Amino acid sequence: MTILRQIYWLLWKDILLEIRRRETLLSMFFFGTVLLFLFHFSFEIPPERIAEMAPGLLWLAFVFTGTLALTQLFHVEMESQCLEALLLCPMDRGAFYLSKVLFNFLLMVLVELVVFPLFGILFNIDFWRHLPALFSIVFLGTIGFCALGTLFSALTLRAHAKELLLPLILFPLIIPAILGTIRGMEIILGARDLQELFPWVHLLIAFDVIFLTVGFLIFEWVIEA
Amino acid sequence: MAAGTKKTGTARKILAGLALLFILLGLYFGLIKAPPDANQGEVQRIMYLHIPSILIAYLAFFIVFVGSCLYLWKGERRDDILAHSAAEVGVLFTALTIIEGSIWGKPTWGVWWTWDARLTLTALLLLIFVGYLMLRSLIEDQNRSAVCGAVLGIIGSLDIPLIHMSVYWWRTLHQPPSILRPDKAPWDNIHPDMLWALGINFLAFSFLFFYLLSLRFRVGEAEEELKRLKLYGTT
Repeated sequence: MTILRQIYWLLWKDILLEIRRRETLLSMFFFGTVLLFLFHFSFEIPPERIAEMAPGLLWLAFVFTGTLALTQLFHVEMESQCLEALLLCPMDRGAFYLSKVLFNFLLMVLVELVVFPLFGILFNIDFWRHLPALFSIVFLGTIGFCALGTLFSALTLRAHAKELLLPLILFPLIIPAILGTIRGMEIILGARDLQELFPWVHLLIAFDVIFLTVGFLIFEWVIEA
Repeated sequence: MAAGTKKTGTARKILAGLALLFILLGLYFGLIKAPPDANQGEVQRIMYLHIPSILIAYLAFFIVFVGSCLYLWKGERRDDILAHSAAEVGVLFTALTIIEGSIWGKPTWGVWWTWDARLTLTALLLLIFVGYLMLRSLIEDQNRSAVCGAVLGIIGSLDIPLIHMSVYWWRTLHQPPSILRPDKAPWDNIHPDMLWALGINFLAFSFLFFYLLSLRFRVGEAEEELKRLKLYGTT
């Protein structure tokens, strides 16, 4: 079985379970929406400043909902010792890793596709014509976030207080993805010269490639430890 | 075993003596011998501690990286103990750097803290390795803790250049380097006594670092021995 087929079946298993249980995705949607309300009550943003604050608020909402998903990412495997059974399969550990990255990415993208327009409506901000560009930069950031987050989710799997530990070790290390995405969104929303965008896009791509590769190679140790 | 322990014990004592000697020498050079800075006056003297401590902190995290790689590659316990020890001592020196920098920043910049690139980077370094220590203490199983620590050590070290780049593009306000400049040789930019003070303090901090590291390493080894004794009743 080639690695692509392995990834496909592992991913399909997660999607099927999510379709049947609908736990993670639903809670992510609601959490994302609740966050938007919280942001509004905390900041009472004046309409003329919304464009400069939108990137930070939106991306923070995505990072928090993404973290919520990450803490649940290996939950299914931990129940009834499914992980041990899964590891008995003659499959590439890297395929297991990539399937989990893809699954978390999929969940986050679905949430982003809903929260993005919702943000525009609730905060009355006119970003519709920038939407494709905004989505592209957010997707790049989301890949990096999932690449590192999946690895750390597996890393903290057998730790005490793992839900607390995960953001603690993850957040300092995803600073490049956070900064890159937020600055990139600011440049797009401010309709500034797209030339300014390139360093951040390059940084995000480098971040994604580096940590997807490292995660792919190192996952074997993490999951079997 | 006993003879080896004795030998390293003596070496450690010598290291401690050297550290103490050089710290006293460094204080003399830094506080008395070196002239006050032309622009910043006496406050600048804190640099004789600030620069060595950040260099040592980077050295410590480099050791974490090397120890982590070696542990994943060969699986030897002592590489893991080395990485764990270096992380602990590194956190100490990073925290020292930030505190010294704050004390210097208040009279010079007028604020304890500013979101400048290098300050932010140092604070993030501290957070990353505090996270490392948390991870180590929250995983009970020793081998698992070692493997997870090694992975985090490697990822953290690989991420530092990226964080460096991103926060630099984000903003910068820090002093440009004043000693290692491309246009002049180091000894032309700075009073020789200042360079001496810096060099001696760097040596003092290096001795102190290796003393603390070996001490912490010994603690790690002792923990291992204790565990073995509890399991098998003999070493």
